[in-house]
Amino acid sequence: MDLNSYLIISAILFSLGLFGVITRRNGVAVLMSIELILNAANINFIAFSRYSGMDFSGHIFSLFVIILAAAEAAVALAIILNIFNNFGSINIDDANKMSQ
Amino acid sequence: MTGINLIFWFIAILTIVSGSIVVLSNNLIYSAVSLLFTLLGIAGLYVFLWADFIAITQILIYVGGILVLIIFGIMLTHRITDVTLSQSSNQQILGGGIVLVIFLGLSYMILNTPWLQNSAVEPEETIKQIGNLLMIDYLLPFEVASILLLAALIGAALLSRSSK
Repeated sequence: MDLNSYLIISAILFSLGLFGVITRRNGVAVLMSIELILNAANINFIAFSRYSGMDFSGHIFSLFVIILAAAEAAVALAIILNIFNNFGSINIDDANKMSQ
Repeated sequence: MTGINLIFWFIAILTIVSGSIVVLSNNLIYSAVSLLFTLLGIAGLYVFLWADFIAITQILIYVGGILVLIIFGIMLTHRITDVTLSQSSNQQILGGGIVLVIFLGLSYMILNTPWLQNSAVEPEETIKQIGNLLMIDYLLPFEVASILLLAALIGAALLSRSSK
């Protein structure tokens, strides 16, 4: 368990999240994949902070990433609910118009 | 030392396996539940990296807040008759190929870069340093984040309100 193992774990999580964003068509599933990508970035921040001599700036950055993820999830779910009310499904390929 | 290594690899494999269930499962509820285990595993990795405050924050905000919000989203966007809560994926082979290429490039970069590494002693407490940084060096981003959260709150309430 050195720096490289954390970075590889984070790269695997990032790839999984990217795969989900590319292939999934359900809006909520895409949102979950984006959460995976954000968490992968957070692991990188904390790992570099730990292995560069315990610099706490990495902790602050990951704290802000968590705050932004919370705000993003709230707004994204509100938008998904609106898409569902307007189009009857949350397949994001169908939602290609600004209004019905 | 070997016991700690064992626990570390157990947490890492738990994180990765449940993360792959998140993106591969056809049932959205299974995806949400395995996202719970992924987030808990990531919190465990934070503990290994001496970031106890971030680990607690992860559990509180992600598991307690965002995951509940996502499950609400799943429940509200499916009709009652639609019991399977399933979803479809497309272009899995093409997407998988592209993602595999990106992952191999990332791994090559990670394993071949001489990273800067300084030794450090384990800090007695992390909350004090984080609080000092938030109140001195990062005070402006801290205040901007509060405005952002307020705007997100109002925006989400406005968007999800049912129109007359």
